[in-house]
Amino acid sequence: MNSKGFAPMIKVENLTKDFGPKRAVDNVCFTVERGEVLGFLGPNGAGKSTTMRMITGFIPPTAGRVTIGGYNVAEQPIKAKQLLGYLPENAPSYHDMTVYGFLNFIAEIRGYAGEAKKKAVNRVVELCFLESVLHQSIDTLSKGFKHRTCLAQAILHDPPVLVLDEPTDGLDPNQKHEVRTLIREMGRNKAIIFSTHILEEVDAACTRAIIIDRGKIVANGTPDQLRKLSKYAGAVTVRLRDVPRATALARLEQIQFASHTSVLEEKEGTITLQIFPKSGGADDQLLKAISEAVHGWQIELLKVEEGRLDEVFRSITMPDTAPAATSRS
Amino acid sequence: MKSSALSPCQILHLQQPQEANMKTSLRYIYTIAKRELGVYFTSPLAYVFIVIFLLLCSFFTFFVSGFFERGDASLNRSFFDWHPWFYLFLVPAAGMRLWAEERRTGTIELLLTLPITPWQAIVGKFAASWIFLGVALLLTFPIWITVNYLGNPDNGVILCGYIGSWLMAGAYLGISSVASALTRSQVVSFIISVVICLFLLLCGFPPVINMLERIAVSDTWRWIVELIASFSIITHFDGFGRGVIDLRDLLYFISVIVFGLYTTGVVIRAYRAG
Repeated sequence: MNSKGFAPMIKVENLTKDFGPKRAVDNVCFTVERGEVLGFLGPNGAGKSTTMRMITGFIPPTAGRVTIGGYNVAEQPIKAKQLLGYLPENAPSYHDMTVYGFLNFIAEIRGYAGEAKKKAVNRVVELCFLESVLHQSIDTLSKGFKHRTCLAQAILHDPPVLVLDEPTDGLDPNQKHEVRTLIREMGRNKAIIFSTHILEEVDAACTRAIIIDRGKIVANGTPDQLRKLSKYAGAVTVRLRDVPRATALARLEQIQFASHTSVLEEKEGTITLQIFPKSGGADDQLLKAISEAVHGWQIELLKVEEGRLDEVFRSITMPDTAPAATSRS
Repeated sequence: MKSSALSPCQILHLQQPQEANMKTSLRYIYTIAKRELGVYFTSPLAYVFIVIFLLLCSFFTFFVSGFFERGDASLNRSFFDWHPWFYLFLVPAAGMRLWAEERRTGTIELLLTLPITPWQAIVGKFAASWIFLGVALLLTFPIWITVNYLGNPDNGVILCGYIGSWLMAGAYLGISSVASALTRSQVVSFIISVVICLFLLLCGFPPVINMLERIAVSDTWRWIVELIASFSIITHFDGFGRGVIDLRDLLYFISVIVFGLYTTGVVIRAYRAG
């Protein structure tokens, strides 16, 4: 129970799943509160979908437990599922039904009838832009529409908990943007988990992100915190014109707040250098010292690196190849 | 959890009275069955199925059995006797998509994460197919009209035959349901259920029984022949055709259905557990 007096909407404790001898999910723990959008990152086969399937109660865990809104998914599955909207991977839906028929079926299962059913269906049809295909058979729809139809069924009952497995997979950039906006808006009063391997989505929609690799959580924090894990975070890049390499390096390496300086690129009379701070974070003093150091030179570029999620992702999930990835600097 | 700190979800979902559970269950089953039936009748499968079934029934009744030459105003030998053989192929065809299709398209994940129990889904789907088979069976009514026009059959016996035939279809369907849950391929599901149904059919088929009796001449082995024969669909269906509803026959078909549905549940649980 947190300071607000509410139990976390999603609570995952020591969740483990074995498929035969292979451990797909290994002792995963996290919580999601109302108002949080949790991005679930990881390479393919890391156990993202398996974890989500256990959260939604589709597959039973080997060990550990999941609680949705205070209900244990294994012991009170119906209560837990009532609070839950789920978009499975690849957005399956009944292809031999029309969009309208399908949403009506979901509404009836969710306990809606009469006027309330009509209202609930109309609401999601509007939210997911499905008016134009409402009476078409689902198998005649484009991938984007199929996807949004499945998303519509997940949010039909306006659930306090949403689990979305790759909600933007296979959508065009505009649709991706719409779905992300929708997730961000819904995230204000829901607890949302969504998985993705598109890192920009984490920035676009998440308040927090978890990186999972080989079944284990390897990082957990806000996008900014994760970025800080990057060794580029807080580094300053400068591009100078007509300055000899040795001179530039000599002067920049004397800065006391910098740990080291590396040359990124030399071409056509310019040199690009990167100065790394001693202890993470874009230090004002470092920036000031650099601007003093380069005074009098012709500066073409001066910027503070924020740290890149993709680099963090790579270095965390592929530790063996991390040096190779950074060798270009 | 303190009572003063109720989570919003607990306020939303106040305790439901216990007696409402049965009613909600039935509503879920009804909703699932309605969807399944809708799918049957929006796809060409249903019409192809019904047309083939009716053609087979008419052809075998009127031409192969020589209905007109018999001079017998009943439907027992000429009509109902063929049903175990028609159903051998037609019921697995009607039941093969029940779960295989859900597994293939991944909708099983959607269905089983809805707030319903697996058995509600299993029963709902089974009920839809069974009702569909019932509709196909009822559409053979012109044969009943014909026999009534030509003579004075015992309509009680005919009704009894229809009930038996529908129950037998249910038993085949229970087996098809298991086969369908076992695989994501409808073809494999069809073959598995035909083989199992064929076994249940043949173990009471007179030539097979005769052969078994020739092997087991001594009285000590007779009980095995009887045991095998007692598993047969034909021996249990026979009574219905003659207008006799024996409790044992009724129990046989119902237990095959229940066993089928229960096993479907076990198979689906095993599938989910991975």
